[in-house]
Amino acid sequence: MRAKKLGRGVGALVAVALAAIWAFPVYWMINTSFQTPASINRLTPTFFPTNGTLGNYQAVLDDNGFLSALGMSLTVTALVLVVCVAFATLASFAIARFRFRSRKAFVLTVILVQMLPAEAMFIAQYKMLASVSLLNSVLGVSIIYLAMVVPFTTWMLRGFVAGVPVDLEESAMIDGCTRMGAFRRITFPLLAPGLVASGVFAFVQVWNEFALASIILTENEKATLPLWLRDFAQTSNLGVTEWGEVMAGSVLVAIPVIVFFMIVQGRMAQGLVGGAVKG
Amino acid sequence: MTTLAAPAPPGADRTAPAKPRRRRRSSLPYWLIIPAVATLLIGMGYPVAWQIINSFKEYGLAQQFGQPAEFIGLDNYIALLTSAQFWIITARSLAFMALTALITMTIGIAFALLMKAIPAWSRIVLQVAMLLAWSMPIVAQMTVANWLIDDRNGVVNYVLTEVFGMDMLGHNWLIQPLSFFGVAMTIIVWASVPFVAFSVYAGLTQVSEEVMEAAQLDGAGRFQTLRLIIMPIIRPVLVILLLLQLIWDLRVFAQIQLLQDFGAAGERYDLLGTYIYGLGIGQGQFGMASAAAMVVMLLTLGVSWGYVRSMLKEDEQS
Repeated sequence: MRAKKLGRGVGALVAVALAAIWAFPVYWMINTSFQTPASINRLTPTFFPTNGTLGNYQAVLDDNGFLSALGMSLTVTALVLVVCVAFATLASFAIARFRFRSRKAFVLTVILVQMLPAEAMFIAQYKMLASVSLLNSVLGVSIIYLAMVVPFTTWMLRGFVAGVPVDLEESAMIDGCTRMGAFRRITFPLLAPGLVASGVFAFVQVWNEFALASIILTENEKATLPLWLRDFAQTSNLGVTEWGEVMAGSVLVAIPVIVFFMIVQGRMAQGLVGGAVKG
Repeated sequence: MTTLAAPAPPGADRTAPAKPRRRRRSSLPYWLIIPAVATLLIGMGYPVAWQIINSFKEYGLAQQFGQPAEFIGLDNYIALLTSAQFWIITARSLAFMALTALITMTIGIAFALLMKAIPAWSRIVLQVAMLLAWSMPIVAQMTVANWLIDDRNGVVNYVLTEVFGMDMLGHNWLIQPLSFFGVAMTIIVWASVPFVAFSVYAGLTQVSEEVMEAAQLDGAGRFQTLRLIIMPIIRPVLVILLLLQLIWDLRVFAQIQLLQDFGAAGERYDLLGTYIYGLGIGQGQFGMASAAAMVVMLLTLGVSWGYVRSMLKEDEQS
């Protein structure tokens, strides 16, 4: 018994050590973001920002590109999110509640599309948008993002719809609701947790997307936050990168994702691994 | 999610005697999927079709400037498959994928087993740390990594020099290809371990106490319990996780591209994603790039077939 207790104690220590290693890059990002250039460029790194500064954050906010990129990211993300959740809810209702011809083909498409590698598509997507003059436009990039996130969102919501007993809808229909009305009044309100979870997932995907954006949004005024951050990190002052400012920028880009992630962390793993977790 | 689903399988009412209000062939489901189908046709369907067609065409710089692109049959594919460079990059990508996925799985499973064996407070500490890593946006991951390994003021070189006594000050990690890919792999493993660990841990909590006690009573040691009881029960989770890791690690693009932006660039540092990018966007050889993209697409679909099948099975069961 004592050996077991000792084992648990050692295990706890190992876990804390591993936690420190895993969190270190994030800690270092925050730590550096509060330091002056002088203390960053010292030969001995400063491990705690004791006399910290907010100057780096000020510099990021004063950067012309940041606010414009923030606006662009918010616009694209909000647009894609709203449309995506609407489309995916309808589609998930169809595949969770109906058996119809070509249902199987649709489900297979929804799954297969998620497997298509983005980097094997973006040349074609680039040429498509170029041919209708939608490069460097909110609309163009949003259309492609929408196609990227609708399949997974549909798939995730399908599980939530199936989780609401169909009897509830049927009794509403006996009371005079139409099929759609029963779904809207009974099932839809019960989907709230699913809508939040899948919405957050879509948000993270779109907010973080880099590869496609780097090809489609080449104009500086149209850059999203990831593109801005890349360019910001490459701008140097006489060959010296301002790491404090770059880290402050990274913190600002990462914060929304970290917050949303904490909200739904439990569901993310489940959505991808699905029924297999149940074993 | 699907763990919630149980009470009424949607298919059940299909076989029930038709209720009067239920029309046999409702057109409603078709209306419901139209928006999603239209989105996919525009965003994915058209580009894929374009890509298939253009992979059979001569489409280079001359065509960019107005010359008609002509069909040349399989010439692009032949040129690609007879190019040594393409094979080197493919082999490198596959090796990178396999190694990264394997390391991620090993560490992830170890983390999950550790989480099962330790007191709650330390488990929560580890989980929070992993959530932080998991939620870092890729570009932020890369800028931070680049700062950590900065040759002059990076903390990695400092610690290696001061603590481990190696002479690493001023060392550039992105010059040597092997070291370049090592850095990329470390970042990817760091960011993907949390997902694996959380999923395997969720699987482990499904192994019931009674089964474990029965194994103990029968005299099974720790290792035996792990190999003969726990592993078979969580096998389905492990298979799916491995497939997902393989799929994701085959299609790494942003990480490699960004490391190239920050450090060394050139074909010695290419994986398939950046290779296609270079062919298409860099050199304007859209025909060749399309053919290469088709090869990658088939490769990915091959790797992911097992995952697709298991998802379809899940759909049929619910």
